[in-house]
Amino acid sequence: MATPADVLQDSDARRAGGAAGAVTLTLRIRRFNPEISQDSWWDEFTVEADPLDRLVEVLHQVKWYHDGTLSFRRSCAHGICGSDAMLINGRNALACKVLVDDVGPRVTIEPIRGLAVLKDLIVDMDPFLEGYRTVLPFLINDSGEPDKERLQSAEERARFDDTTKCILCAACTTSCPIFWGDEGYIGPAAIVNAHRFIFDSRDEGSRERLKILSEKTGVFRCRTTFNCTDACPRGIQVTKAIQEVKRSILFDRF
Amino acid sequence: MATTHTYDALVIGAGGAGMRAAIELSDQVRTAVISKLYPTRSHTGAAQGGVCAALGNTEEDHAEWHAFDTVKGGDYLTDQPAAQLMAEEAIDAIYQLERWGLPFNRTPDGRIDQRRFGGHTAEHGERPVRRACYAADRTGHMILQTLYQQCVKRDVRFFNEFYCLDLLRDAHGAATGVVAYELATGELHIFRAKSIVFATGGYGRMFSVTSNAHALTGDGPAVAWRRGVPLEDMEMFQFHPTGLAKLGVLLSEAARGEGGIVRNKDGERFMERYAPTIKDLAPRDMVSRAIYQEIKEGRGGGPNGDWAYLDITHLDPKVIEEKLPDITEFARVYLKVEPTNELVPIQPTAHYAMGGIPTDVDGRVVEGAAETPIPGLYAAGECACVSVHGANRLGTNSLLDLVVFGRRAGVDAARHVKEAPLGDVPERPTERTLSMLNAVLERAEGENAADIRKELQANMFDLAFVVRSEESLSKMETIIGELQERFGRVAISDKGALYNTDLMETVELGFLLDCAQALVVSARARTESRGGHYRDDHPLRDDANWLKHTLASRNDDGSISLDFKPVKMGPYVPMERKY
Ligand SMILES: Cc1cc2nc3c(=O)[nH]c(=O)nc-3n(C[C@H](O)[C@H](O)[C@H](O)COP(=O)(O)OP(=O)(O)OC[C@H]3O[C@@H](n4cnc5c(N)ncnc54)[C@H](O)[C@@H]3O)c2cc1C
Ligand code: SF4
Ligand code: FES
Repeated sequence: MATPADVLQDSDARRAGGAAGAVTLTLRIRRFNPEISQDSWWDEFTVEADPLDRLVEVLHQVKWYHDGTLSFRRSCAHGICGSDAMLINGRNALACKVLVDDVGPRVTIEPIRGLAVLKDLIVDMDPFLEGYRTVLPFLINDSGEPDKERLQSAEERARFDDTTKCILCAACTTSCPIFWGDEGYIGPAAIVNAHRFIFDSRDEGSRERLKILSEKTGVFRCRTTFNCTDACPRGIQVTKAIQEVKRSILFDRF
Repeated sequence: MATTHTYDALVIGAGGAGMRAAIELSDQVRTAVISKLYPTRSHTGAAQGGVCAALGNTEEDHAEWHAFDTVKGGDYLTDQPAAQLMAEEAIDAIYQLERWGLPFNRTPDGRIDQRRFGGHTAEHGERPVRRACYAADRTGHMILQTLYQQCVKRDVRFFNEFYCLDLLRDAHGAATGVVAYELATGELHIFRAKSIVFATGGYGRMFSVTSNAHALTGDGPAVAWRRGVPLEDMEMFQFHPTGLAKLGVLLSEAARGEGGIVRNKDGERFMERYAPTIKDLAPRDMVSRAIYQEIKEGRGGGPNGDWAYLDITHLDPKVIEEKLPDITEFARVYLKVEPTNELVPIQPTAHYAMGGIPTDVDGRVVEGAAETPIPGLYAAGECACVSVHGANRLGTNSLLDLVVFGRRAGVDAARHVKEAPLGDVPERPTERTLSMLNAVLERAEGENAADIRKELQANMFDLAFVVRSEESLSKMETIIGELQERFGRVAISDKGALYNTDLMETVELGFLLDCAQALVVSARARTESRGGHYRDDHPLRDDANWLKHTLASRNDDGSISLDFKPVKMGPYVPMERKY
């Protein structure tokens, strides 16, 4: 077995190699600012970046040293807050989870689709959150409160683990062609959050939620294109969750 | 023209502390929550390892042991009655979260599972104890989501992407409202209320290597400070030993709780030398200093010899996958390292502000050594200083602080609403905010805020980080003075009204500079080493002179005065902190 020191040398050598020298990255960014024009336009910026830099930090370089008007949301910078979903080289992703190495030497950045663009990469999140709110995204349990915790087995807990990971970034919903075409569809993220409660053994609100999801704006709009699953930065099996909800409605398992 | 809104209570910030307070308040009085981020974007969501309470679900544990650990972990700067209260109320606070649906990991018999964390021990330091309740390494995410869900259920009124920029006080000093900037439109809003709870989180962004989000710029403390509220123990900042090298992204202490080991470039498990009893599970300040010492003695790795390594290669892959999935992913995505068979390069990272807005255990903001409450003003969470974390916070005690003191602040703020009349706001409430914003917007040319930010962060990292001295701190104080002067000449290129993040980032930099100044001046005054504050020119703790809290206040001319107040003692007599 390799000693820790051996393992170390290997990984250091590789990291140093990976980080060797800056590369040139050209960003093509779709801009929009209603104070300037009702039409969007493209801007191009060329910056030097470390291959391991996160794209969100490259956007900061642009904003801080090239054009302060460039506007985007971000906060955590490591894929946990869900602020910076964007269309990056044609695919939805979080700018803080894409490295320069993954996209260089040219990258195209646009706002996520299907929600109104308010400025540059900032879109109106309200319709998205409205969809989320309609599925009653909170634990419903009226059978009295125990003194301590409610019991739940590890298996019961595992049943809905995947959908607890959602950070409401909207990457899934805004990659869905049904959502683009049809303002009524509540979209994958709302269904993921309904799934999180429907399959939680402690919850008693499934009947109500399944009723909402069986309506014409609900799960049966889904055409299983898998765009959502590909887009999810948390690796949630979104399509699978939607299928499970569909099945619960069809076979009325509750 | 500013719009005026009137509520009974306002909460500024929608992280764990703010939403916990809002739940308490909105059940009783008309409440609005003002947050510069959408609630679920708050940095509470980044917390990984756990939230602790002596539930005793997997082995014997007691609130009293927890209180002791908190006091000792805080290097005796902790107010002991507050620590006792937090440890006792922890138990119900965790059950409450579970009943609201928080998906904790479970024991084989279906109860909340618990794991080890640094500094949490059985029988007053005898051996590590399993006290941290957790949901994989996403505990903060689950808390944030659960609290948000409860707010949705209660239809709490949120003003999202509204930045609180000023605090309004009446002629008697009572807090009567705030001024907020609406990012979407550039409009100012005046919010009047009887009770105002600040819950704006930390200010780690003053350092170049940090686990904190870009949004963590100390807005709450700085806004309060500019309106005459003192800041407590600002010198006490926690540097977490295991940030991803260069990036500062956190690798939770849970990695060590599950058996992870810190090594130097020779592969040596050096904590055996620094903390023979609990080794890698020693408190964060000790591990961070140990790493510094290793680096200083030439045993650091990486291109500049300033890295250590986290080793989890010997852990069962199943444990890694089930209990540490996110942090393994961080190492893979950001450093392209495979933690199951490679060591992960780490560096101490600026993590947590123990100091902040001084409060009592009911969240009331208190002034001076006499601790006079400011009517109507509350603070909770990382922006507050109760002081329950003293000079060094134990892991998992912050998430606990949010729910225990967030709740208490909410309860007392609601009580105050019922007893107090609505106070007056000054005649021209937006005057100060407007002149601050217009000065930046109207300046055609000037300094670049990004340059100033970068210099602040790099210098704070060099001069006011894990190891400090009179020399480094006085140098830093001069640098901050210069940066503040340059900040007065900042110009920006976005002059628009819509989503002007250029303008807000500049305002945030101003807040950061104020917090940094308070931190450095307080650190310079404290001529001893205690917890997260280590001075190599005064390497020992000095209980005879320094068993007291620092209170920094800003004078009208911009200079700073310091005052002190005694630590509230209790059953635990200060002893040497050995592990
Ligand atoms: C990576 C990481 C891991 C951690 N892991 C743990 C752990 O395992 N266990 C533990 O106990 N602790 C942990 N901590 C510490 C803990 O997570 C934080 O201290 C805590 O979450 C802070 O919560 P908060 O509610 O005070 O602030 P935050 O969650 O940061 O929320 C601040 C809120 O204030 C708002 N705000 C800020 N400024 C303004 C303004 N000017 N106007 C309006 N709104 C404003 C923001 O929008 C946000 O909603 C961790 C911290 C980090 C960074
Ligand atoms: S399911 Fe995934 S992609 Fe969709 S909102 Fe949640 S985290 Fe984002
Ligand atoms: S900035 Fe938080 S997810 Fe990217």
